[in-house]
Amino acid sequence: MMRGWERTDGRKGIRNVVAVAYLVECAHHVARQIAGVDPDQAHVIGFPGCFPNPYAQKMMERLCTHPNVGAVLLVSLGCESFDRFGLEQVIAASGRPVHTVTIQNTGGTRSSIAAGKEWVSAQIAALAMQPTVPMAVSELIVGTVCGGSDGTSGITGNPAAGIAFDKLVAAGAACIFEETGELIGCEEIMAARAVTPALGQELRDSVAKAARYYATLGYGSFAAGNADGGLTTIEEKSLGAYMKSGQSPISGLIKPGDIPPRGGLYLMDVVPDGEVRFGFPNISDNAEIVEMMASGAHMTLFVTGRGSVVGSALAPVIKIAANPHMYDRLTEDMDINAGAVLNGATTLEAVGQAIYDKVIALGSGEQSQSEKLGHQEFILTYKSFEPIGPACLPV
Amino acid sequence: MPFSDTDPRLLLLSPGDSVFVLRGQIDEGEDIMVEGQRIRLPLALGLGQKIARKALAKGDKVIKYGAPIGSVTQAVALGDHVHLHNLKSDYTATHLRGGAPAGAAS
Repeated sequence: MMRGWERTDGRKGIRNVVAVAYLVECAHHVARQIAGVDPDQAHVIGFPGCFPNPYAQKMMERLCTHPNVGAVLLVSLGCESFDRFGLEQVIAASGRPVHTVTIQNTGGTRSSIAAGKEWVSAQIAALAMQPTVPMAVSELIVGTVCGGSDGTSGITGNPAAGIAFDKLVAAGAACIFEETGELIGCEEIMAARAVTPALGQELRDSVAKAARYYATLGYGSFAAGNADGGLTTIEEKSLGAYMKSGQSPISGLIKPGDIPPRGGLYLMDVVPDGEVRFGFPNISDNAEIVEMMASGAHMTLFVTGRGSVVGSALAPVIKIAANPHMYDRLTEDMDINAGAVLNGATTLEAVGQAIYDKVIALGSGEQSQSEKLGHQEFILTYKSFEPIGPACLPV
Repeated sequence: MPFSDTDPRLLLLSPGDSVFVLRGQIDEGEDIMVEGQRIRLPLALGLGQKIARKALAKGDKVIKYGAPIGSVTQAVALGDHVHLHNLKSDYTATHLRGGAPAGAAS
């Protein structure tokens, strides 16, 4: 039975952690030291840049009010241009305890760390007393990403994740798949699954935007290791990645920070709007996990062929090994062995069910492998987006 | 398609596909059955690699998962390894780290 911590906006969290958020790289060390007071319960997130960015501001607001977060400590150097007052107001309005340590006003590194640790320790003790309430599958938001793909990702792990998504959507959950740059070549078959023709056109347009963006950069989302594993072209990799979406109708197109309004399957457009400004849209897998969390994902399914070991701050990651040889090498980092499909030891349907069962187990308090190992990767960089249009979320 | 007509290590993902995907290693010089024809592999191929299910002419689309994954740049015979040397994207060119050709068994 899943249980959650109920928030004032009606959402429920499957974890109840303190977020320790640095507001510029200059405050990162102090934040990390503060979170060291209890690394299981205090998670470091933050934005490294000193120049203001509306996208980063929105991401930080969404992350600091993520349902898995029970309290927030902001760590500011003092002179960065991040709007810490605006962020603090948004967090306070959500009913969460929030406090800001400003290093330049607190006597420097040691005294800032001491002040932060004292506040965080008190919050962890208070959060431990908070009651939980029953939580239904229909209250879950689950994201999916893939990283370190090889020729097995698209034939074992991704289709199995797709089957798990179908089961979650059928139970009323909201599921998010992403990376339009890795859906180049899938636009027509994807558009045909949209709940309205206008949404289908939005899906096509989002992939066309990604294709233009990557063409400007001169690279597709394709690494040399992908070819070593048997993948030849971006569209081949795309179709394999697309398998993660399962068979459900596509209910909407969202951008990072947009929270799915109801259950169903959603595509997240992670490619910035406008001219190419800040470099690659997704500089590493955790950037996508962070965007899933900003859209409310309680956890993320991560399918990997070559073998990623990452987890995430705030929201657990379920690692699904697509390649059975990699599973044998990296067993301690993997939650699910989808590669067993290849030697006939199991079926895609059985693996899909095992992923679904793991989602429920994590929602009931079990830790994923990356959580047990202490992985709390986090990365947030500059981007810019226009708001989604009305056709993106048909009622 | 009778199972015995094709080596069990060759996986067909969708009925209309023009390639099989390897679900295990096939050794150099090994004879394998592909749709009822005996093919000798000139090089070892590992998990995830693709083998042509039928002959393809230059410019033909390669179909996998029931959808095109690019076009062949030269004639391909049934049983041929399909990878960077004879298949190109119809979208964005594939960039690799310099030097070694990718694709052989690792």
